[in-house]
Amino acid sequence: MAVVSRDGDAGAAAGASRPAAATRPFEPARLVASVARLDWLAKVWWACLSVGLFAGLWELCWALGWADPQLLPPPHIFLSNFGEQGKFFNTATRWQVGNAMGEGPSAFESVMITVGATTMRVFVGLVLASVLAIGIGVAIRYWHLFDKLVLPTVTLLSPVSPIAWLPVAIFLFGIGNAPAIFMVVVALFFHMVLATINQIDGVSPNLINVARTMGASKPQIYGRVIVPAILPGMLAVLRLNLFGAWMVVLVAESTGVGYGMGQVIMLARNTFNPSLVFFTIAVIGILGFVFDWLLRLAQRRILYWLPDTKEKLRGL
Amino acid sequence: MAFDAPTFSSRDAVVCRSVGKTWAAGTRRAHEALREIDLDIKPGEFVVFLGPSGCGKSTLLYLIAGLEESTEGQTWSFGELVETPSPERSLIFQETSLFPWLTVWQNVSFGLAIRGASQAERRSVAAEALQRVGLSAAMDKRPDELSGGMRQRVAVARALAMRPKVLLMDEPFAALDVQTRARMQDFLLDVWRDSGASVLFVTHHIDEAVALADRVVVFTSRPGRIKTIFPIDLPRPRNLFSREAEAMRIQLTELLRDEVDRAFAEQEALAAAT
Repeated sequence: MAVVSRDGDAGAAAGASRPAAATRPFEPARLVASVARLDWLAKVWWACLSVGLFAGLWELCWALGWADPQLLPPPHIFLSNFGEQGKFFNTATRWQVGNAMGEGPSAFESVMITVGATTMRVFVGLVLASVLAIGIGVAIRYWHLFDKLVLPTVTLLSPVSPIAWLPVAIFLFGIGNAPAIFMVVVALFFHMVLATINQIDGVSPNLINVARTMGASKPQIYGRVIVPAILPGMLAVLRLNLFGAWMVVLVAESTGVGYGMGQVIMLARNTFNPSLVFFTIAVIGILGFVFDWLLRLAQRRILYWLPDTKEKLRGL
Repeated sequence: MAFDAPTFSSRDAVVCRSVGKTWAAGTRRAHEALREIDLDIKPGEFVVFLGPSGCGKSTLLYLIAGLEESTEGQTWSFGELVETPSPERSLIFQETSLFPWLTVWQNVSFGLAIRGASQAERRSVAAEALQRVGLSAAMDKRPDELSGGMRQRVAVARALAMRPKVLLMDEPFAALDVQTRARMQDFLLDVWRDSGASVLFVTHHIDEAVALADRVVVFTSRPGRIKTIFPIDLPRPRNLFSREAEAMRIQLTELLRDEVDRAFAEQEALAAAT
């Protein structure tokens, strides 16, 4: 009897609390969504402010006469004449034999073709380097013999500067896209192999032991435990190497690729055109920023299980 | 002398005969963790390994699990020589060992996924195991959304889903607060009664040993040897505030004190030497 009456009480209590919940003044989910929207706007605002502050300082120096516009032209000068700058882009198509000075793609098209070509080289190089490095890194830990045979060479080659690979790239691939992509791959590959090994060694032994006690085979342990466990670290490595790829691709392109951002910088250097240098730097900056943003988006998608620890640091 | 075939019952859940383990054997860093362990554990028995930290009790658990190889002696489980890990002997760790990228039910059915079971089968087995630990509602959650106590219950459910005959537990509640720990002990006793599995439970808490064990195996400090096997013949459910329980805690404390003192002296000598 006593049990029945207790159940009845609990039911009544639950019933009483239900209307109260319905009339709560706000819905947490909606509030979170609106705050998230604000957060996104705030991010854009801070980014604009950060860049604006930097540009403003530069403009101020120019206005005070400290920055010589011939050497350090401020943003309003090097961004003002898009058409004038744009004609230096995509030099290959513009100055093809048989094309007159006024023919060929427009300034905007030239910039887009050049940006597209460089971005493609970065992207292909990054993907190739990641796939190769993760594959070889995992293989090094998977097969002991492979480790012994490969790891010393990888370690030996990893401190070599990409500049040293430049002649090799030209010997092997001549001119065109291939040497530029090769440069990106070779600049990232060795570090990423070492980073992969480092990540594998950091996987919690408990996770591996759990899989072992459940009867997982070696391929299963690698496929179902080690690879997912190293993914967060590998994406962080990828993000850092993204910037490395952007740096290397310019070096590669400044030699004999035909066209690309590196080529434009070299042209600007040879023709003493600081406006063009800064214009190109601005374009590269925006591209790098967008790439990084896309990668972070992908990271959040792929690594859905990671908590956001950034907020904790904010509170310090 | 000729090798004597060890005598034991093939029905025993775990049998250790002269088991010893030396880490980094043959090198300068070699140190002996376990020596001459003889142990017989019956099916359905709850045995607690009690000893000072670093005495090798966890090592013995890993040897029984088959995750490490003993350097001396041999271990059998239900008449079979332990050489590799087996789903029949599930190990539960002190720290969270759930896969953070899998949901709770995917974690629980990980062992079935490895055997290639269908999703429907995995989900139903996971649902059953989670019901046994009272976490049916958390099926589709991810481990980082759960509290420490809940995560350990999921780990227990994951072990139970393999229908183990022996549950090996390495200080599973050490990271939990005192109240949660007491609840988890009750919970574990329920699970143990339902499953009929033998439980080997490592701890350095005397209270925990008295609350849980049929028998307490008390270890000496390094190298770990069995100092004594202490039966806890209190009726279940146990009144931990009874005079008998208190007397046993005192006896176990006395037994451990010498070993802890010895371990301390050893560590101090080691620190002075280096």
